[in-house]
Amino acid sequence: MPITESDITKLAALAQLEITDEERRALTPQLAAIVAYVEQLNELDTSAVEPALGGLTDEGERTEVARDDAARPSLGQELALDQAPAPANGHFCVPKVL
Amino acid sequence: MLSYWLLATGYWLLATFFMTIEHIHTQLAAGETTAREVVGAAVDHAEALNETLGAFLQIDREGALGRVAEVDGADVGDDETAGALRGVPVAIKDNICVRGLQTSCGSRILGAYQPPYNATVIDRLQQAGAIIIGKTNCDEFAMGSSNENSAFRPVRNPWDTARVPGGSSGGSAAAVAARIVPVALGSDTGGSVRQPAALCGIVGVKPTYGRVSRYGLVAFGSSLDQVGVFATNIRDAATTLEVIAGRDSRDATTADVPVPNYTAELNGDIKGARIGVVREMFGEGLHEDVRTNVEAAIEAYRELGAEIVDVELPRAKYAIAVYYIIATAEASANLARYDGVRYGFRAEESGTLQEMYRRTRDEGFGAEVKRRIMLGTYVLSSGYYDAYYLKAQQVRTLIREDFSRAFAKCDALLTPTAPTPAFLLGEKLDDPLAMYLNDIYTVTANLAGIPGLSIPCGLSHGHLPIGLQLLGNYWDESRLFRLAHAYESAHPFDALPPIVAKPKR
Repeated sequence: MPITESDITKLAALAQLEITDEERRALTPQLAAIVAYVEQLNELDTSAVEPALGGLTDEGERTEVARDDAARPSLGQELALDQAPAPANGHFCVPKVL
Repeated sequence: MLSYWLLATGYWLLATFFMTIEHIHTQLAAGETTAREVVGAAVDHAEALNETLGAFLQIDREGALGRVAEVDGADVGDDETAGALRGVPVAIKDNICVRGLQTSCGSRILGAYQPPYNATVIDRLQQAGAIIIGKTNCDEFAMGSSNENSAFRPVRNPWDTARVPGGSSGGSAAAVAARIVPVALGSDTGGSVRQPAALCGIVGVKPTYGRVSRYGLVAFGSSLDQVGVFATNIRDAATTLEVIAGRDSRDATTADVPVPNYTAELNGDIKGARIGVVREMFGEGLHEDVRTNVEAAIEAYRELGAEIVDVELPRAKYAIAVYYIIATAEASANLARYDGVRYGFRAEESGTLQEMYRRTRDEGFGAEVKRRIMLGTYVLSSGYYDAYYLKAQQVRTLIREDFSRAFAKCDALLTPTAPTPAFLLGEKLDDPLAMYLNDIYTVTANLAGIPGLSIPCGLSHGHLPIGLQLLGNYWDESRLFRLAHAYESAHPFDALPPIVAKPKR
């Protein structure tokens, strides 16, 4: 299905991106071309194929990754807030939500 | 200081720049140089070339020289890898966290962000005595094949500054190619270590998925990303991988698989090794100079006693399509965290929270990153998930099966690393698909999770380096190193980029 400018508007909202009209005009044919390209996968019958989700090797799948459910030292409030654009009283400050 | 004198006289290139790890250690042991001098010269060289190359986003003279004293006084202890990189200056791609330095990922949205912790690979490098001299430029969030997607400035190829170094780890590749550092780290999601290594005439290694911890590597495509190594030769690459590899409890994708002593296994005989060649990969779209040099390398392997066998990867031609679905889907999820709340850039004067999110992301992300977030959002969106994302993961299984069949017939595969030598800046900027096709020979390894490396195998008529790629079975980096080392020993690539070879006047 061809991608239209209104699809791009919807996608930008889903992705929390504010895009300009100019960006929308540029992105529409670019995304359409990429989507048309990836549709070559439809040449293959994959109805009986398991998806390779996750990317792990067999050895990776077998590796024990659980640890004891015990508290460990963490960054701490001061360091965690150190790079925040607007920290306030030990919190991350954001514009009004409603 | 020696390095200053060398700089002043125009012979500064003679100082560290032809040094391998072994040279550095021999000279340190003989008292012919000091770690301070080696590291100081690397920093001088990085600074002197940065205006031309743009390889570094941050050069840490003070920190690096401060660490030298620490390393010199340290107790090596019993750890086998401790001291393996003692006094060796190293450059780190700017998407790997180093405490106290910036991690921008080449993006405005992180800007001067300073992570409060080290990536595991950084801890391991430092425990081995390496000295980090700076953070290298890269395509924004490692998305690109030319380094032109850096939000700050492009990197230029040391062989020809009108050309790209490849990407996305272009800064690390250029820093090693220009002999600023003997070793650098990058990340490889679809070829981002091997392709720039080929375009810059150096060695680049992408290990098996799960071999090296990604704790502290900024996530792009989580089922594809691996930290990789750049070096001027196979031995240095092997030494460095040995230091950074192995299970890490902080990265659940690292596998509990023993790390071999790669350097001890370098010199094994390769007689009788079966090297697989995929004939279709030498067809349309391959630059003539790449073809002739890679074919000559195949002949060279035959002369070294390897058996060349034809193999097929019938589904490899779908790899780029599969990659651009999976990588963008994963990226759209991974990059959702950049919202202007906890760290990094926040757009000014936003009325509501949602406005703040959107304006921060609009102003903070560059065009290619937005394009990929949009594509990833599209393939994951309601109604399209099965048609694109699931389909791509199924074809990924088929590509894995192709490799599994191929490795039943051979020990390693030999392919070109990139379809062309380094291209001009701007040449492919307006055509994302043409840019993506640069990764045609490299992405399959990320999709399958197998290791791969690129080594230089000659120069084009335009005096640009050409790389050949060796792909191995899971966890078989040792064999790749051995095969590459045999080739490198028989056919040393001793050409140097003009920026290094010509005395500065």
